[in-house]
Amino acid sequence: MKLLRELRAEGKGQDMAALLERIPYARFLGLEVDRKGNELTTVLPFAEHLIGNVALPALHGGTIGAFLEFTAVIQLLFDTESERLPKTVDISIDYLRSGRPVTTYGRAIITKHGRRVANVRAEAWQEDRSRLIATAHGHFLLTPVDE
Amino acid sequence: MSDAGSGGWAEHGIHEHLAHIPHARALGVVLVEYRDGHCVVRVPYSEHLVGDPDTGVIHGGVITAVLDNASGMAVPRQDLAPEQRAIATLDLRIDYMRPAEPHKDLMVTAECYQLTRSVAFVRARAWQADDEKLIASSVATFMLGANRAVPPGFNNLEGAK
Repeated sequence: MKLLRELRAEGKGQDMAALLERIPYARFLGLEVDRKGNELTTVLPFAEHLIGNVALPALHGGTIGAFLEFTAVIQLLFDTESERLPKTVDISIDYLRSGRPVTTYGRAIITKHGRRVANVRAEAWQEDRSRLIATAHGHFLLTPVDE
Repeated sequence: MSDAGSGGWAEHGIHEHLAHIPHARALGVVLVEYRDGHCVVRVPYSEHLVGDPDTGVIHGGVITAVLDNASGMAVPRQDLAPEQRAIATLDLRIDYMRPAEPHKDLMVTAECYQLTRSVAFVRARAWQADDEKLIASSVATFMLGANRAVPPGFNNLEGAK
């Protein structure tokens, strides 16, 4: 894939912020990534257009789902050199609390990294890491660089 | 379950409801078909939904968001007490069968196939305009009466039947 190859050529193979800047949907969500050493946290600052329920108000379930999916994919791209963006095979999202109109954070762990498929878990929280608002686990199809 | 397929209270309510979901508006979700327990929505192809700039294919997250949105709208509200009409997604599982094709509208059909006192079970399918092949399917459960905030469009369904 051109995008990932270009980033690697620019020495930005692990620069997930540079990647997000080039993905229109990530820009639409306003998605950011915070890197401390080899730890990544995805950050979704609150914005009006992410709301699903104006009465509460609460983030849209789809916003949270998309955020967790991004969190998983970014972790995969950070950990492995990939020829293409990983393709989601399936994702299962558990909604634990309503997302309040504040910044949301996400982390992902690769449970199992096979040659072609990876199993990833992701979680999202807001002000308090111990009070998760949603978790997800999914399978992603990989295209290793050497293929 | 009452059927208010054409121009009834339910249809008016669902349009008002959809218009009050900022994220649905931002994605460009358009209601194509609605009756209590069933809905079809369309999302016109748009540059800001692209997940892969090399191919122009929309991001999986868009499909996730639209499946969630359509599934929630398919939860029948007509026969519920007002305090039951606020719903919250408990879980959503999505299987992606094939990548979406660029420059085509996304379509989602959702259907509530089981309703209990406190939980609604909904399945949904995503495909693309002028192509019947499935790109994704999902199952979701929703908690009924999740909070006290009656969603816009569902606050005065009384007398609809």
